[in-house]
Amino acid sequence: MYRHRLDSECIVAAVNVPLTLLGLLEREPSHGYDLKRDYDAYFGRGKQLPFGQVYSTLARLARDGKVKAGRTEPGAGPDRKRYAITDAGRSEVEAWLAEPVEPEPHLQTVLFAKVVLALMLGRSAGRYLDTQRHAHLQRMRELTELKRAGGVVDTLLADHALFHLEADLRWIDTTSARLHALAELVNAP
Amino acid sequence: MSAINLLPAPGSRGCLIEARDVVKSFGQTPALRGASMSAGSGEIVAVMGPSGSGKSTLLHCLAGIFKPDEGEVWFGGRRLDGLGETRRTELRRTAFGFVFQFSQLVPELSAADNIALPLLLNRARRKAAYGQAASWLARLGLAGLAGRRTGELSGGQAQRVALARALVTQPRVLFADEPTGSLDSLTGEEVMDLLVGIAREEGTTVVLVTHDARVAAYADREVMVRDGRVTTPPGLGAVRSDAGAVR
Repeated sequence: MYRHRLDSECIVAAVNVPLTLLGLLEREPSHGYDLKRDYDAYFGRGKQLPFGQVYSTLARLARDGKVKAGRTEPGAGPDRKRYAITDAGRSEVEAWLAEPVEPEPHLQTVLFAKVVLALMLGRSAGRYLDTQRHAHLQRMRELTELKRAGGVVDTLLADHALFHLEADLRWIDTTSARLHALAELVNAP
Repeated sequence: MSAINLLPAPGSRGCLIEARDVVKSFGQTPALRGASMSAGSGEIVAVMGPSGSGKSTLLHCLAGIFKPDEGEVWFGGRRLDGLGETRRTELRRTAFGFVFQFSQLVPELSAADNIALPLLLNRARRKAAYGQAASWLARLGLAGLAGRRTGELSGGQAQRVALARALVTQPRVLFADEPTGSLDSLTGEEVMDLLVGIAREEGTTVVLVTHDARVAAYADREVMVRDGRVTTPPGLGAVRSDAGAVR
């Protein structure tokens, strides 16, 4: 059976690292190592958070008064401080969680631009859409295979990507059906 | 990535079932205008297309339910469209399995009765048929529902019984026409997981008609039907030579 690993960047496009670490800290004060471990487990999806980024982010959060570093504990290595979230940090997490993600309509997508340009240039927009449909379905196959092999976290992330790809496919199908009208519009004298 | 070969000759190895330039009309209304597609042994092929494109008619022609007006249908090296009704019926009963959008079970009969029915029609002994039915019910997570009338089952349970009924004869090809069309999203996924999982375990070829991209994503590849003709994705000839190895 062929299986595909999930390309993490495709479905976890933009995890907000500072706010995510802040959210993890709201559970309980933690060392950088613990934060990195939990981040990688839940949000990394194959792309680990570098230690350097963990500590530089914690330093910035401490500078901005959102976390407070504890005393340096005895021992070797850099991970000798326990960080705790402050009231300001807790407010920021609360506001972030309450705020919806911008539902961007993406009206001027690359897909749209390619279709219009193909029609303007007298090339086969239908063939381009067929190629794009196939590429989308191929990606959906990979994600479906991942769901079948993976756990609930993989399933939820793959579902998110699948629904977006499905929306694109609907647009591709509708556009295929409207190519004639679009061609008349873009090629009108 | 699998190697892609040109379409093999009808009946050649790798190609289990094939439609070639099939034309089919209903009265004055053309449904298929020269449709060609094939599926390899153990391959799962999604047949997609908008409503009225002819995808279900193509499935019915491949399965020997409809006789094409023109063109050829081949199965396992034999020409199917030239066979008489009796031979085609026998083939459908022994080599093909069917799952439709609405399970089309006999509602007055129990789940076990419905699953055993194809075996009994094929002259299996009653005890053996019901043994097989019990085994399939367990495999599909329905062990406790053997005696339940199918008219009393939920949509997802009924579709799983329909799947068991389609597979109990160990068909070489399973024809599934919108098998999740009447189910909610999650129940549909459960049915597709079972369908694909069992097909891969058994090496069953699946011709899966669907307009739903999420369902089509369970297949190894897709073909599109538009205005009665089949288009394969750009750059792809047709059957993968190693279709069986996909499993």
